[in-house]
Amino acid sequence: MDHYKITKNFNFISSQYRCYGYRKSILDISQTVPALHSGGALSCVEILDLIYFGLMRVRSKVFFDKFIMSKGHSCIMQYILLNKLGIIPDKMLNSYCKKNGVLGCHPDYGNPGINASTGSLGHGMGLAAGIAQAYKIKNTKRKIYVVISDGELQEGSTWESMMMAANLNLDNLICFLDHNGSQSFGLTKITHPKFYPIINKVKAFNWSVASANGHNVKDMKEKLKKISNTKKPKFLICNTVKGKGVEFMENKPIWHYRSPSIEEYTFAIKNLKHIKN
Amino acid sequence: MRNNFADVIYEEGLKDDRICVVVADISPAGSIEKFRKKFPKRFINCGVAEQSMIGIAAGLALEGYRPFCYTIATFALYRPFEMIRVDLAYQNLPVTIVGMGAGIIYSTLGSTHHSMEDISVASAIPNMRVFCPSDPLEMKKATRWCATKSKGPVYMRLGKVGEPILTKNSQDNFTIDKIRCIEKGKGNSYAILTYGTSLKLALELSTKMKKDKNCFPHVYTSNSIKPFDNNGIEEILKKFKKVIIIEENVPHGGLTSRVKCINSDTKNRSQILAFTLKDKFIHSYGTYKDILNTHGLSLDKIFKKI
Repeated sequence: MDHYKITKNFNFISSQYRCYGYRKSILDISQTVPALHSGGALSCVEILDLIYFGLMRVRSKVFFDKFIMSKGHSCIMQYILLNKLGIIPDKMLNSYCKKNGVLGCHPDYGNPGINASTGSLGHGMGLAAGIAQAYKIKNTKRKIYVVISDGELQEGSTWESMMMAANLNLDNLICFLDHNGSQSFGLTKITHPKFYPIINKVKAFNWSVASANGHNVKDMKEKLKKISNTKKPKFLICNTVKGKGVEFMENKPIWHYRSPSIEEYTFAIKNLKHIKN
Repeated sequence: MRNNFADVIYEEGLKDDRICVVVADISPAGSIEKFRKKFPKRFINCGVAEQSMIGIAAGLALEGYRPFCYTIATFALYRPFEMIRVDLAYQNLPVTIVGMGAGIIYSTLGSTHHSMEDISVASAIPNMRVFCPSDPLEMKKATRWCATKSKGPVYMRLGKVGEPILTKNSQDNFTIDKIRCIEKGKGNSYAILTYGTSLKLALELSTKMKKDKNCFPHVYTSNSIKPFDNNGIEEILKKFKKVIIIEENVPHGGLTSRVKCINSDTKNRSQILAFTLKDKFIHSYGTYKDILNTHGLSLDKIFKKI
């Protein structure tokens, strides 16, 4: 039924190099603003690279499929990627969060490549379900990809729309969960110790679901393929590490929000990890 | 109004395949059934999930559709408020939220079902339009406008069932966003200004004033609270010595505040006699008329004060 094709020159090695580049750019830009939400941006690097370079199809030089960054606080990663694709111009990215700049810490609908305004958690699933239903009405084979955070699974609105997506048989909706296990206040397993395992809950809502290593594009791609042959909406739990690639940031809740100091930045760049599939 | 709304939306649905209806467990679903049967993919019942109703409508609008969200006013506006603010208003999407049974019309269901401040709440959101048609005729015109002309979100406040037709022989034609003279009076002593289902009470008051007071007020409706017809109000304030406002909304953030504001800003000296819902929850029950009376909105209570 669904077949996830590699549409551009996607290979796992070049993805690794790109991901290293995104992480470097995230750190560079972190020096221009006091609060970058760098931790959550670093955790979804591989997920976004896979979606944009490995999954979303292109027709006549535009994306045939659509993407929504529901975890809007990590949109710097999306901006950097869109910049790499030539969709967001350098000048626009360079004025990120600056006076008269149009790119801020959360994505605004209408900016190049930005399909929805997000930033308040728990909105992306409803929007994605509506878009997926629109594709059903139009009878098109387009797909909608959405990336949510594990914090968004604490919002009732996410589950309301997950229920609806299953009811409406939205097999064209593919959700990636950036499961980094950490949120503003601390570790999610401490805030919500009884919430796990997530996979059973998603399955109970009649979604097609699998888990993968969220820093391994090959693993994510394979696991997604395994659950693609169904009429249900798809959900890939991507197990990730908040702050991935910068050792002193990894799994430290403080890096949910803050940007590194100049000393920390220099150290981070010097020791930035090259994550292999 | 409910059944008339369903008829209009069905007709518009036939003309334009971008019209969708997204509801949250409306009861009874009877009147909108025709639309569901004819356009099964364009009718989505989210059940008791109002946040999802707004989110899905926004998603449809992002793909070029023109959805109508439809449920009881309190649940249409208050429960998914932040979805309305962010998904619809911030992104400025052409989605119409139809608040059915608005105001305190669901009298015996209690304050959980009374939208006493929906006008104030909805009109506080940037990009949002707020319409309050007064009878089935105005409702049809406003609904058609939303279906064909709106470029952003609209909150439309409607009554329930059985509202009488009151604007058939109006002095002015219906123009969206404009103050409309429904009944022409005599002289320049009194104007009565209202919107929505309160027009009935306004016309009763006018009749009583003619009969018992020998004065002939002019009766106006403001079908749109946002955008507001500032010029139209200014003219009324300049012309009349006393302006009576009847409003089924709390005292702040609705028609009354706006009129008082314009009166003050233009250094006008008309006397404003405002009759609104009280700024409090009512803990007693009874008919719609009984609850209005508890809030001070009865013909006799208003008449005594003017």
